[in-house]
Amino acid sequence: MQRTESIIFARLTALLPLAIFAGLCSRVPAAVGGGAIFFSWDWIPGIGVNLDVAVDGLSVLFGLIITGTGVFVVLFSADYMAGHRYYVRFFAFLHLFLLSMIGLVLADNLITLFVFWELTTVLSYLLIGFDNKNESARSHARQALLVTGAGGLVLLIGFLMIGGIVDTYRISALAEQARLLQRQTNYLFILAMVLIGAFTKSAQFPFHFWLPNAMAAPTPISAFLHSATMVKAGIYLLARFHPVLGGTEAWMGTLVGVGGVTALLGAILAVGQSDLKRMLAYTTIMALGILVMFLGGKTTPALTAAVTFLLVHSLYKSALFLVVGIIDHETGTRQIESIGGLIRSMPMTTFGAATAAMSMAGFPLFLGFIGKEIMYAGALTEEMFPAFATTAAVLSNALMAAIAGIIAIRPFLGPPRQTPRAPHEAPIGMWLGPATIGALGLVFGIFPDWVGRWLIQPAVSAFHPTVEPVQLKLFHGFNEPLLLSFLTMGLGLGLYLVRRSIRGWLADRMARLPVTGDRLYEMGMAATARTAAGLTRFIQNGSLHRYLLTIIGVFTLATAGIWALNATTRPGLLHLPSLPLAQWLLVTLMAAALGVVVVARSRVLAVCALGVIGSGAALIFLVYGAPDLALTQLLVETLTLIIVAIVLLRLPSLDKTAGLHSPGRWFDALVAVGVGTLVAALTLAVTGGPLDRQLTDFFEQNSAIAAHGRNIVNVILVDFRSLDTLGELVVVATAGLAGFSLLARRRR
Amino acid sequence: METVLALLTGTMVAGSVFLMLGKNLVRFIFGLMLASNAVNLLIFAAGRPDTSRPPLIPQGSLQPVAAVANSLPQALILTAIVIGFALLAFIFILFLRAYQQLGTVDTEAMTNSESGNQDTAPSERPRP
Repeated sequence: MQRTESIIFARLTALLPLAIFAGLCSRVPAAVGGGAIFFSWDWIPGIGVNLDVAVDGLSVLFGLIITGTGVFVVLFSADYMAGHRYYVRFFAFLHLFLLSMIGLVLADNLITLFVFWELTTVLSYLLIGFDNKNESARSHARQALLVTGAGGLVLLIGFLMIGGIVDTYRISALAEQARLLQRQTNYLFILAMVLIGAFTKSAQFPFHFWLPNAMAAPTPISAFLHSATMVKAGIYLLARFHPVLGGTEAWMGTLVGVGGVTALLGAILAVGQSDLKRMLAYTTIMALGILVMFLGGKTTPALTAAVTFLLVHSLYKSALFLVVGIIDHETGTRQIESIGGLIRSMPMTTFGAATAAMSMAGFPLFLGFIGKEIMYAGALTEEMFPAFATTAAVLSNALMAAIAGIIAIRPFLGPPRQTPRAPHEAPIGMWLGPATIGALGLVFGIFPDWVGRWLIQPAVSAFHPTVEPVQLKLFHGFNEPLLLSFLTMGLGLGLYLVRRSIRGWLADRMARLPVTGDRLYEMGMAATARTAAGLTRFIQNGSLHRYLLTIIGVFTLATAGIWALNATTRPGLLHLPSLPLAQWLLVTLMAAALGVVVVARSRVLAVCALGVIGSGAALIFLVYGAPDLALTQLLVETLTLIIVAIVLLRLPSLDKTAGLHSPGRWFDALVAVGVGTLVAALTLAVTGGPLDRQLTDFFEQNSAIAAHGRNIVNVILVDFRSLDTLGELVVVATAGLAGFSLLARRRR
Repeated sequence: METVLALLTGTMVAGSVFLMLGKNLVRFIFGLMLASNAVNLLIFAAGRPDTSRPPLIPQGSLQPVAAVANSLPQALILTAIVIGFALLAFIFILFLRAYQQLGTVDTEAMTNSESGNQDTAPSERPRP
């Protein structure tokens, strides 16, 4: 395909998210009324796993964010990835991810939700490591997969336990069982499982380290997966489970604590970065922390703050990521200090960056300002730690304002700088996204009532039914939140002015941190590899002796143990039968020959003794009515001795280490006697029981009639069980061929 | 006879295991031959050897006229003897080749599956 044609085709695929977007828009009026629609298709109805779908206010809001940003990300990528080797693959992954994410927010079944949850994890892995020739991209992709994948498995444990208690996997049926679940003794365990799942996915402390590393992905992927959608899956889960597991002290304390710490940590680390993309990644961690913190509350203002900020953040963060992608694409660098004066060459990009950053900083008239006001109102009403929540919110917002300044002012204003590529405006497909999304932040900010009524309130009431929804207004009057807003702006401005010295100081501090999540992860990975290597060296050490000892030891102990546990009769005394003297002599002779083989230091002596044992067995067969066996045994014994003699001539003579010359051999002897005793005891137990002669009787009855043979053993071998004999012949032939090929290689 | 065979089988298994646990390939072969015989005797004992009359049907009759030896274990043992022999013959050749290749019959000295660095996985080796 020609390059321009493939770009046009890629742009056309944006119709898919656009269609879903339109479909979801049609659900908005119903969602405002609090209505939800349900579909269900049978999948595995026997265990309650079905493709249940629920469309309510919360899923509509998330779905609109996913498909809305999705449209612009697809348009952006069409140009951004142009000429890439895996152009088609990129769009395949991108759309698969988009569909999985839609599935996740529409799923009304715990197991279905888990399947989509893990699908997003896998596609995130593929997209982070998209640059698969790059070692660090691969290892960062693996890190994200391991952290979020392990979290997903923990989440599954929680889901299964919930399903076991309430006897359904329907998510919409869980809320009415909330009291039952919260009274369970293992409620805290279930809560921990669900929270670990959400925290790993949404990069909460101490699992936050994977997200900055995920910036190895192409920039549109970072904008889409790692700021607007996938990392919000954990937030979505927390909102969904708020009426089910939420409202308890454990829920509130954990979410407010973890979220607050994550927010502050993310904000501080963000200021310490000089790479624009990593800086944005840390502010995403900060935003996710704030969202978790507010979902910890149970008042309507706190939850409204969470949902409002979710929308605010998705808008400005995806726009800013796309702006960084444009800067990287058009100038060839993302280092903050090497870019300047881009406003002249990139007016449209500058517009997107400026509107998004002003929303991020919380300027009046922008949606970010309203988000911040509600945030403070919510923080002040938190049930647990309101002071901590308010402080964390103010500090994070101040740092966010400073970072918005760093991102939007530095690269665009001031004198132009020398960059690897001469900057020029990006193609329309690329700047359209940030400019539109940035402008939306302004439009929504001017008409907050519209956003509040149609999007925010239906989403909040989907997981927090309330009679008095919080109204979004352009201006809430002179009150505490407004005061806090002024404080935030002042702090943000101050931080912006001293940013350089802070960055140097922070970078210095961060380099000296003794323990970081990243390093713990590295240590864990190294320890796993070391343990695996050590275990392999221990189990597969190449010593035949140890292999045999393990096999025989396990066989002896396991068989004897199970037998002892299930034994119904006690072993009695042995009653030796009265046998003719000749037979006693024969058995004694065989036993003596056995002793000779074991202690022999001469090859010839050992072979002779083996001959005695083999011939003895033949005699036993002969005496007890098995002339065929005796004949075969003698024949095979003779052949074996001939082969042994030929082979032994070429092997060195026996060393003088026969018998019990070392402590190790004493142990071997102990094992040997143990397994020998077990075999003897088992044989005695078998022969002491009843004999089932069904098959023997059948063969005796039918040999002459059905097969016209009078030697029953022969008839069994060549007629009744002839296929077994064919198999036996194949074994003999294979052994002969294998032996021949081994010898033939020598001659060559 | 079963009691005696059971004891004999147990003793043979003990001797065979002791020989195979030694570090000499030649003794390992002896142990394997013993084990082969021991298992055959075990099956024979399980069939309750209690008569010396072989399982044959006389002329002019469609069934054995008196109680004959149990034919089923005999058929099994006959197969086992032949397969055991094939296995032994192959093992002899394998051990002979191993000795010719490595110059030792000490199993503890044969721990390297391939010549060269045993700790290198195939994927980590430099490609030709």
